Amino acid sequence: MSQQTDRAEQVKRLQRREGWRRRLPLVPALVFTIVVTQVPFILSLWYSLTEWKIVPPEPRNFIGFSNYVDLLDNRFFREAVWTSIWMTVSAVLLSLLLGTLLAILLDRKFFGQGFVRTLLITPFLIMPVVAGLVWKTQVFNSSFGVLNWLLDSLGFERIEFVTRWPLWSIVSVLVWQWTPFMMLIVLAGLQGQDQSVLEAARVDGASSRAMFFQITLPQLRPYLELGILLGSIYLIQVFDYVDVITGGGPDSTNVPYFVFQRSIGGGWQFGQASAYSIVVVIASIVIATFGLRVLSNLLEGEKP
Amino acid sequence: MRAGGTGTEVGKKRAVSFFLGLLSWAVALVFFFPIFWMVLNGFKEEIDANTDPKLVFDPTFDRFNEVTSQTQGLLGFREAFMNSVWAVSISTILVLVLAVPAAYALAIRPVAKWRDVLFFFISTKFLPVVAAILPLWIIARELDLLNTRLVLIILYTAMNLPLAVWMLRSFFSEVPKELIEAAQIDGAKLRGQITSVILPIVAPGLAATALLCVIFAWNEFFLAVQLNPVDGSTIPIWVTSNVSTRGNFLAKLSAASTLATLPVVLAGWLAQKRMIRGLSMGAIK
Repeated sequence: MSQQTDRAEQVKRLQRREGWRRRLPLVPALVFTIVVTQVPFILSLWYSLTEWKIVPPEPRNFIGFSNYVDLLDNRFFREAVWTSIWMTVSAVLLSLLLGTLLAILLDRKFFGQGFVRTLLITPFLIMPVVAGLVWKTQVFNSSFGVLNWLLDSLGFERIEFVTRWPLWSIVSVLVWQWTPFMMLIVLAGLQGQDQSVLEAARVDGASSRAMFFQITLPQLRPYLELGILLGSIYLIQVFDYVDVITGGGPDSTNVPYFVFQRSIGGGWQFGQASAYSIVVVIASIVIATFGLRVLSNLLEGEKP
Repeated sequence: MRAGGTGTEVGKKRAVSFFLGLLSWAVALVFFFPIFWMVLNGFKEEIDANTDPKLVFDPTFDRFNEVTSQTQGLLGFREAFMNSVWAVSISTILVLVLAVPAAYALAIRPVAKWRDVLFFFISTKFLPVVAAILPLWIIARELDLLNTRLVLIILYTAMNLPLAVWMLRSFFSEVPKELIEAAQIDGAKLRGQITSVILPIVAPGLAATALLCVIFAWNEFFLAVQLNPVDGSTIPIWVTSNVSTRGNFLAKLSAASTLATLPVVLAGWLAQKRMIRGLSMGAIK
């Protein structure tokens, strides 16, 4: 009897030790990630409950939720929220649409296919700051920009795109850079399709249109969702483009840029700015809750 | 359309196919045009760049010499380049050192709740950097880390680590379990298993992951401009320093932009296929 319990004890201890041996390689990465990403975030939450001006230095006062109440009244903040929403939603959807169309075009054999794909993915590799500057100074610019030269040659009037449509100028550059990314994801989906199903449908005489809407599109769904998720998560944080294309202003200051302007960019109101930044977090959590489900669907059925 | 239709049908199909191929080429050229234009302008005199678009001109390397030898404002090319190289390479090495064991513990001999752990890593990517920047700035100031390479090395490691864990896990999980078991039966020690079985299989994935970390760190601007606006600035900040409010700068800016983007574009071209998987975060095979 006692021998048996001893044995059970021993097995348990061995199992526990094995568990820790398995966990050990995970510890450094986990600790590093928690310290560098979670601690600042918790501090941000704390700052957002205070009134704290850094330059000139003033003492920090705990003021509860006043910053959050104030931000509801702040017209500039509301505008920044709308700009963020417009920028993210339009850039994600437009690049997804264009990317899907391009993926369908590329998912066929034609002369120079590999070269065309290489050309198409290049915008995604360009440094965001460079993308913004090149578009601003060499495409949109009213005197030397290629687009304006084109307008001029066609007999239209030149347009100072960036001042006239700041938001859409930024969105154009975002779409230019993110279309290749969406294209790659959708292309992976198209090429991962179950060919036997398509073949069977073809034999049964299904039209290519019916095949696309009834077979291909449903199969593409997780890929489209992944594209939307990753695109939104990155694009809601856009800063570089705003900084180099317009440097802020009505219709182009999104929430991240607004946080910057109110703090390190010259406002130095760290308490207030933290409250603004927490709003971005809440928005991201909303996206992520939806997003994690998408990822978990993708992981399903994959057992180690 | 049924296979093996009439002659005209085949002809029509061919015409459509030809047209679609042509369309793909046209779209690709339009997409690539701004990049082509930027590179071209880098080889011009300012006077040729600041006018109606010119395709024919006397190409010159002068702008490249200017931007690399003269210092615009506070930041020289050499310093910025070295700062970038340090921040990018050390952070990428750190990422791999931390991510490889983690991926092993998530894929090869998985811990009990490996899905939750994986989700935790990836969920940190959902936390916007902007929500962390103010405390990071305060902490960096307290520790005298503002305007140092070290602060960027630490933050770029944190920025790329979740992605690397995610990608490497998917590459590691492709190692056939039977191979590892066979090696175990043959009496191979852990180190032997890793070097002779696992490493050869995951090596390409490892390279793709490292490459992606390099690309993201090389292009990073937000953290650099907030924390290292003066010393320790990297290439993206150097590019923006070539925009001047006085005089013409288009050709110079183009040359600077070309230099700044070249390494990443070349690396991306070489590793296209693997990167596709990497960018979809390993979720797509």
